[in-house]
Amino acid sequence: MIEIKNIYKSFGDKEVLKDISFSCFQGKVNIIIGQSGSGKTVLTKCMVGLHKPDSGQILYEGKDFVSMELEDKKEIRKNLGMLFQASALFDSMTVEENIMFPLTMFTDMDRKAMLRRTNECLERVNLEGTNKLYPAETSGGMQKRIAIARAISVKPGYLFCDEPNSGLDPQTAIVIDNLISELTKEMNITTVVITHDMNSVMEIGDHIMFIYEGEKWWEGTKEAILRSDNQELNDFVYASNFMKTLREKF
Amino acid sequence: MLINRVFSRPEKWKIYWRSIIDEIDKIGVSSLGIVALMSVFMGAVIALQTATNIDTPLIPDYTVGFTARQSFILEFAPTMLVLILVGKVGSNIASEIGTMKVTEQIDALEIMGVNSASYLILPKIIGGVFIFPFLIAISMVLGIFGGWFVCIATGVVSSADYIYGIQYDFRPFHVVYAFIKTIVFAFAMITVSSYHGYYSKGSALEVGKSSTDAVVYSSILILILNYILTQLLLI
Repeated sequence: MIEIKNIYKSFGDKEVLKDISFSCFQGKVNIIIGQSGSGKTVLTKCMVGLHKPDSGQILYEGKDFVSMELEDKKEIRKNLGMLFQASALFDSMTVEENIMFPLTMFTDMDRKAMLRRTNECLERVNLEGTNKLYPAETSGGMQKRIAIARAISVKPGYLFCDEPNSGLDPQTAIVIDNLISELTKEMNITTVVITHDMNSVMEIGDHIMFIYEGEKWWEGTKEAILRSDNQELNDFVYASNFMKTLREKF
Repeated sequence: MLINRVFSRPEKWKIYWRSIIDEIDKIGVSSLGIVALMSVFMGAVIALQTATNIDTPLIPDYTVGFTARQSFILEFAPTMLVLILVGKVGSNIASEIGTMKVTEQIDALEIMGVNSASYLILPKIIGGVFIFPFLIAISMVLGIFGGWFVCIATGVVSSADYIYGIQYDFRPFHVVYAFIKTIVFAFAMITVSSYHGYYSKGSALEVGKSSTDAVVYSSILILILNYILTQLLLI
């Protein structure tokens, strides 16, 4: 479980996050939604330690990640998996080497065992036989799945996904969404997804937070989101004519 | 700050050794062709220019060999060649690390708990500082050979005079001086280029700018260091 308590973050005079508190539960897909520029990515970067919040706490199983020593942070980070918006695969390495990288770095497994684990991960994301390809030789959807395979190779306790569907067609997006949801349940991990894609929210969201201009505006379930009377949330959820029509009909 | 992180204890030496070997290949072995080509031709040109400018019998013919040797050992191999390699190796380092930065590959390393500065930069520094003296030694030999070859091919100076010239008043410390300069320049070039790549921001355009900055600042630093080291070691 991850608990975020009263997080503030500014860049110069611009206050990007204002008093955000939120809990991410184990075994659930926790989704952070909001418009572009609302502070979702900054919040995630604070959660994984790429940005330091100005104040507040980020608790991993009760331990404050913000104030802990670098060595302790490293231990937490070894238990994190992250799927980046642009996949962030190491383009000088093959698919196999990408997935093996965290295993080589942080485990004492021999090459045979690492290869076995790599193949297991590739099989799990339905990409068997792509071991020797380079990321540039694969499609956007495949790159996302390879990045997921890399993220889960060390069996992390926490999985972060930054806009996992960006740039993907609707069918591939659903494949990625379902994969994230299945892995969360199978591995009983705490998953945090940052998105502005309402399809993802309705497909896999267990626990949702809506950020508006750097502030937490709403928190609840996907069922509750459709019935909310929060104006800013409704403007976001029902931004498209299709969703507006759907709301009027039901 | 960055240099502290670069020289902090690596996560796993085994991985670093493999990276160091890769960097030796990328930085050094892949530069062998251009080093050899430039050295032979520059040696030939230096010998020809010296020979054609000596039109007084008061200056002996062996001066051609002497000049080629001194030029290559003192300045061309350790300074000019490194400056030329800044354009190839330095820009390559900055653009490689810069691309990793803007495509979030460095963030991915950090999130995994890897010290990205050390993992990416330390093998380049060790590889570069190790392999550059070999490149420079090869350059010295090939440059002097290029001068000899053009002398016997054109007949401007006899082989015996040239060989006497390259042995005349030889001071082994000049070779030591050249290697000290090479190691310092290699370190300066790789750290400056890595710094510019590591702190790239934004888009591909910024990576291009980082690459250009890496070449400009490395070159300026090398020129300043060249002056300081010459003053300290030779005067």
